[in-house]
Amino acid sequence: MADQTPILELEHVDKSFGPIDVLMDINLKVHAGEVLCLLGDNGAGKSTLIKTLCGVFKPTAGKILMDGKDVRFNRPRDAQEMGISTVHQFGGTFALMSIGRSFFVGVEPTRGWGPFKIFDRAKANEIAVRAVRDFGITRIEDGDRLVGGLSGGERQSLAIARAVHFGARVLILDEPTAALGVKQASHVLRIINEAKRRGLAVIFITHQVMHAMAVGDHFAVLIRGAIAADFRRGEKTREEITDLMAGGETMADLEASIESYEDTHEGRPPPPAP
Amino acid sequence: MGSFIGLIVVYVFFAIMGGGNFRGAPGFSSFLNFGSEVGIIALAVGLLMIAGELDMSVGAVVPASSLTLAIVAGDFGAPVGVAILAGLAVGILVGYVNGLLVTRTGIPSLIITIGTMFGVMGLTLGLTVLIHGSTGVFLVPDPLTKAIFGQLIGNMFQVSILWWAVFIAVVFFLLHISPWGNGVFALGGDRESARNAGIPTNRLTIQLYMLSGFAAAFVGVSQVMTFNAAQVAAGRGFIFDSIMCVVIGGVLLTGGAGSVIGIVIGTLTFAIVNQGIFFSGLDPNFGSIIIGALLLFAVMSNDRFRALALSYASGRKN
Repeated sequence: MADQTPILELEHVDKSFGPIDVLMDINLKVHAGEVLCLLGDNGAGKSTLIKTLCGVFKPTAGKILMDGKDVRFNRPRDAQEMGISTVHQFGGTFALMSIGRSFFVGVEPTRGWGPFKIFDRAKANEIAVRAVRDFGITRIEDGDRLVGGLSGGERQSLAIARAVHFGARVLILDEPTAALGVKQASHVLRIINEAKRRGLAVIFITHQVMHAMAVGDHFAVLIRGAIAADFRRGEKTREEITDLMAGGETMADLEASIESYEDTHEGRPPPPAP
Repeated sequence: MGSFIGLIVVYVFFAIMGGGNFRGAPGFSSFLNFGSEVGIIALAVGLLMIAGELDMSVGAVVPASSLTLAIVAGDFGAPVGVAILAGLAVGILVGYVNGLLVTRTGIPSLIITIGTMFGVMGLTLGLTVLIHGSTGVFLVPDPLTKAIFGQLIGNMFQVSILWWAVFIAVVFFLLHISPWGNGVFALGGDRESARNAGIPTNRLTIQLYMLSGFAAAFVGVSQVMTFNAAQVAAGRGFIFDSIMCVVIGGVLLTGGAGSVIGIVIGTLTFAIVNQGIFFSGLDPNFGSIIIGALLLFAVMSNDRFRALALSYASGRKN
């Protein structure tokens, strides 16, 4: 795998807004059939990194390589056309639209000609329902149902199925499990595995270490705009990763200090720091 | 659906209260004439509201376009065809400016279009007085243009009713049948996601504003042709009337849902109440109470309907 060309690669990418440096010297690689987990606390620059990857922001310095070739995205559509698809936390779907319509926003199947092109609802519904069912969501049968009636996990799955259907090669998932319950989250994790099995490169952004460890092959921890650690599956334990995300202050130290306080204060926990 | 039942209830109520005149041709012509004008604007404003935006400036565009038409044809002596195009161009231009401001500044469209509304009103008044010397312009159109835009059919029904039907067909096609309409729904559902999905959101927003400007200008043109005069003060009623029709017709104020059929039903309901009051012998001063109650009732039933649609086969909270 190491000698293969990665689908997507960032080389020394910096991003600053005026005088504020948000991303510094980011180097990342993701291969086909691999899940790269991007971990980081709030404000670590995850969102900026995603937006740079999907063409919303242009890097201030550094290069983005696709299949080893230098690329530039002037707008989100450029990235999409190259096969980079982003699914946001709330699924990027439209609550009050039907599944079929929502699935084909921007790429509607049509019949007819010229200005009299007709949105082909039956075809849209059929394709959308089939694509979602292929991902194991068998509860969806009717493409006319409103997206808002689906569960959070189903909406995520719909959005992922949509990206895959439209030929995504790189799937960027922005905190897909953050707002979900345990069962719904495991649902989404299964879908991530399915996408990986189909040979997609997945970039999975999360701050839930458990979710990352369940599907990840490769992990990068982002702290204050820089990559603080880059390691492969099995190289670090869950505790080590959590410590890294918390910014180096190890959880174990914190626990030890609480315990020592409790030992000297008749088992009472320490008061919160002022 | 809810709005259709509302229409029936309202019609039956005024059919009983309004007597034979309301049930006959005078009643029909009265609410259809009123409905056709506000209805043409409501269709375009409805599309905008489905896309999550508002347009207050329509009330200023109606007189702006009719005075442009009357002054270009009357004071400047240009052919009526040219004057009509000029009137329509004013509407499209105002729509373009609205769209540009909304997409470039990120200020809520309510504020922006109130701003352009006052701007256009001031320009209309100032220029009319400057050029024509008074606030009303008379214009006697030639028979052909009169027949196309301002004829009374059977001495009662304005030809604008037929134009309304044309607008209904076109907007229905655009929203529900053509792929373009899918973008409108997506835009109102979630602008950010629509943009990520490749919808040219800014261009679409500008197009929608140009359409509502055009619709308002069209009504302005047909008013000149119908009444042979253009008035500076005309058209203010359209601002809220058009929004009322759209909301009664089940379009969500937050955008993302609505239908052309709903907007047409909402317009008819609103027009029946508005005109029925005169036929029923109720004190017209209290007529607004019925309209206000109707609006509240419509919004409540719309919310209920939406909740039902969303909870269908869903285990999700909120």
